[in-house]
Amino acid sequence: MHDMSHATEHHAHTPPQGFIRNYVFSLDHKVIGKQYYGLGLVAVITGMVLSWIMRIHLVWPNFAIPGLGLLSKAGAPGGIVTPEYYLQLMTMHGTLMVFFVLTNVPFAGFGNYFLPIQIGAEDMAFPRFNMMSFWTTFVAFLVLIAAFFVGDGPPLAGWTSYAPLSAVGGAAGPGEATGQTLWAISIAIFCIGQLLGSLNFISTTLDLRTKGMTLWRMPLSTWSWFITSCIGLTAFAVLLPACILLILDRTAGTSFFIPSGLVINDKLQPHSGGSTLLWQHLFWFFGHPEVYIAIVPAMGIVSHILINSMRRPMLSHRVIIYSLLAIGFLSYMVYGHHMFVSGMNPFSSLAFSFPTLLITIPSTVLVLIWIGSLYGSKLRITTASLFALGFISMFVSGGVSGFFLAQPSLDIYLHATYFVVGHFHMVMGVAAIFGMFAGTYFWFPKMFGRMMNETLGRVHFWLTFVGTYCIFMPFHYLGLAANVRRYSAFVDDYLQPLLGVHKFITIAALFTGAVQLIFLYNLIHSRFRGALAPANPWEATSLEWTMPSPPPFDNFGGRHPVVYHDPYQYGIEGATNDYVMQDSPEEIKSVRDER
Amino acid sequence: MAKFLAVTIVIIAIASAVPILRHTWAPPQDISTHGPLIDEQMSDTMAEAGISFLAAQIILAIFIWMFAGARPEGKIKTFPGGAKAMVIASLLLVGTEVLALGIFGQRAWASVYFTPPGPNAMPVQVQAGQFAFYFRYPGADGKFGPLHPEQINEGNQNFFGLDTANDPDSKDDIVTAELAIPVNREIHLLMHSKDVGHSFYVPELRVQQDFVPGLDVSLHFTATKVGKYEIVCTQLCGLGHYNMKAYLEVMSPDDFNSWLKQQAALQ
Repeated sequence: MHDMSHATEHHAHTPPQGFIRNYVFSLDHKVIGKQYYGLGLVAVITGMVLSWIMRIHLVWPNFAIPGLGLLSKAGAPGGIVTPEYYLQLMTMHGTLMVFFVLTNVPFAGFGNYFLPIQIGAEDMAFPRFNMMSFWTTFVAFLVLIAAFFVGDGPPLAGWTSYAPLSAVGGAAGPGEATGQTLWAISIAIFCIGQLLGSLNFISTTLDLRTKGMTLWRMPLSTWSWFITSCIGLTAFAVLLPACILLILDRTAGTSFFIPSGLVINDKLQPHSGGSTLLWQHLFWFFGHPEVYIAIVPAMGIVSHILINSMRRPMLSHRVIIYSLLAIGFLSYMVYGHHMFVSGMNPFSSLAFSFPTLLITIPSTVLVLIWIGSLYGSKLRITTASLFALGFISMFVSGGVSGFFLAQPSLDIYLHATYFVVGHFHMVMGVAAIFGMFAGTYFWFPKMFGRMMNETLGRVHFWLTFVGTYCIFMPFHYLGLAANVRRYSAFVDDYLQPLLGVHKFITIAALFTGAVQLIFLYNLIHSRFRGALAPANPWEATSLEWTMPSPPPFDNFGGRHPVVYHDPYQYGIEGATNDYVMQDSPEEIKSVRDER
Repeated sequence: MAKFLAVTIVIIAIASAVPILRHTWAPPQDISTHGPLIDEQMSDTMAEAGISFLAAQIILAIFIWMFAGARPEGKIKTFPGGAKAMVIASLLLVGTEVLALGIFGQRAWASVYFTPPGPNAMPVQVQAGQFAFYFRYPGADGKFGPLHPEQINEGNQNFFGLDTANDPDSKDDIVTAELAIPVNREIHLLMHSKDVGHSFYVPELRVQQDFVPGLDVSLHFTATKVGKYEIVCTQLCGLGHYNMKAYLEVMSPDDFNSWLKQQAALQ
């Protein structure tokens, strides 16, 4: 903890010497944040390429994908994907995206970099834990990727890995041998990394706030990381034992998730006494909060950026925080909506349906406050603010389909169709990724000391915005026509008329994926050749903009900033600028949001 | 730039709504007695979700159009009512909307899950396994013989693990690969899985239910239209998942009786 009595004393820290301590096993939260971001980038590229292969296979099943035969001779002989390999790629796509992209980047990546800075701290509360949490996550990533190269390839049970398919072993089909075991080990390790990270975030937020940084003065991004770490602490604490039990079922002959009397290939399985629904309960107790682990940081980041672009605070700072808290709290009471037709007691479905419908209320409050705050603002259009506005549009589009899926009676028809695929891709996939893009364009100058190219950024936004709508809106239509998900080919008669829609989606996905090369180019080019960034290019108020770009090793150069204002003092009349920074001692008639 | 974004959002919103309004891709015609309740709930929800979707996107677009661009001389204005108005609007509009959906939706759910099958419901057993469905009718005695999982043998076509030599109740059981049912008669499906999780989905019947390994699950419905429909598996069950299907044939009572006799002769 900081000793507040020395708040004004200067005691700069020298950075560690040597490449390894500086860039590999670094204790610096900023380096660790970038490491998470980099890992997420590798994961998202891999996951997106997998989705390309899947989309191509669905509509041109005989197209030989160059090089794929080399990756898996059995799974894609001559580059042509087999039905089982399709499911294996799908499982890896989902796992990579949910765990290593949607959890890693908006929460662990940006959170690591900016949470300590935004509260005026030198580093995380436990820098060594922080380093461990990244490297644990990295090991989890390697273990997962190793599944591509073992005997019969990666697992095929989906990112949800429902037992008993995931628990009975190789008898259940390709990928269910070593690949599935590696999956369970990888996710168990991942949970450990997230638990360490969440503890660190919570301690840092509660203990290391600088003088004057009350909880209510924390920026909304910091609030969202704080709330997310509270969700993560309880969610991953349930997934971890679930994965351990799954590993035991697979390797030690236990029967936690396997009931008696199962017959596979005419062979009675030597298990008894387990419950398959137990896995679903444990998994979704984590799995639904996970949706909010992905989206809450995006909500915080987008709010933070929108306020800066609108040059005004949100209609209410506190109502946003209360809404995020309500969403986090409710996220534990709704997970059963993934299990309406699972065979659990039909009364439980009603019990899970109401909180699910209730969660639309804080979500709507957020949307209305974002949109309502635009009214009368002085909106500045930048690439970051375009993506933030795009986030709102995507969140609305993905959110309204939740009205349907929250109702057990409609879930009877829509469950396991592409309607669900469209819903979660839009709301937790695309919306969260728009949050990440917004964050990247906004914070890149601070992180690397150089500006990104705005023109390329805008081109990237337009093509991505239209492209993602073209991919994911039609998924809902397919679902309305009862198109089942997780099929490697559409052989049923009633699905034949839908193949045209699938072709459209595939072309849109290939196009939108290719557009991301613009982003990648912009990222790499700007890193080395971008214009030098000033300390505060966006005329923003929070503490990260009070330091040089990029920040020195110990963030504030040994000084402990003192915070005098609420985080978003924009639109100040009579001040030197239209904004006043949080650590500026300038006396102002502060802009109070309505409480 | 901002005006262009506003227009794009409006175009996307309207283009997204057109196929819904035109029913370009819609659920197939319902053939069940409980289906109309689900369909009604679906169109109510579509109306409410559609209005929320269009309203939010269009207002977002309008505000972007109106307020983007530097107005250095202009003052920041606050939306009339401020945050309070937003919270009250959410509670009133969305709160009542979802509450209504939730309460009315229960009727459809209850009609499937909270009512027991009637005394005259015809029992049919269905077993799901990688990657096929098999159906069993109790035969003339009206009783299903016991299952012996250890005796399951696909080669001998003993899909259920019946011991016809020793169990008298099993002797007249009729096992088929297709589900034939008489029209307008309630069916009581007794579902179990042989190996991993599967699901029973007939879109026209507005029925979807998982098979839970280790549990006996039951489902009841009445089909109201003669015809042939597809039963598909919707729970990921392995490499042949996409190809796991069977046919549901809804027949007139006479056709059904002669079909059943035919199948009995084949056993």
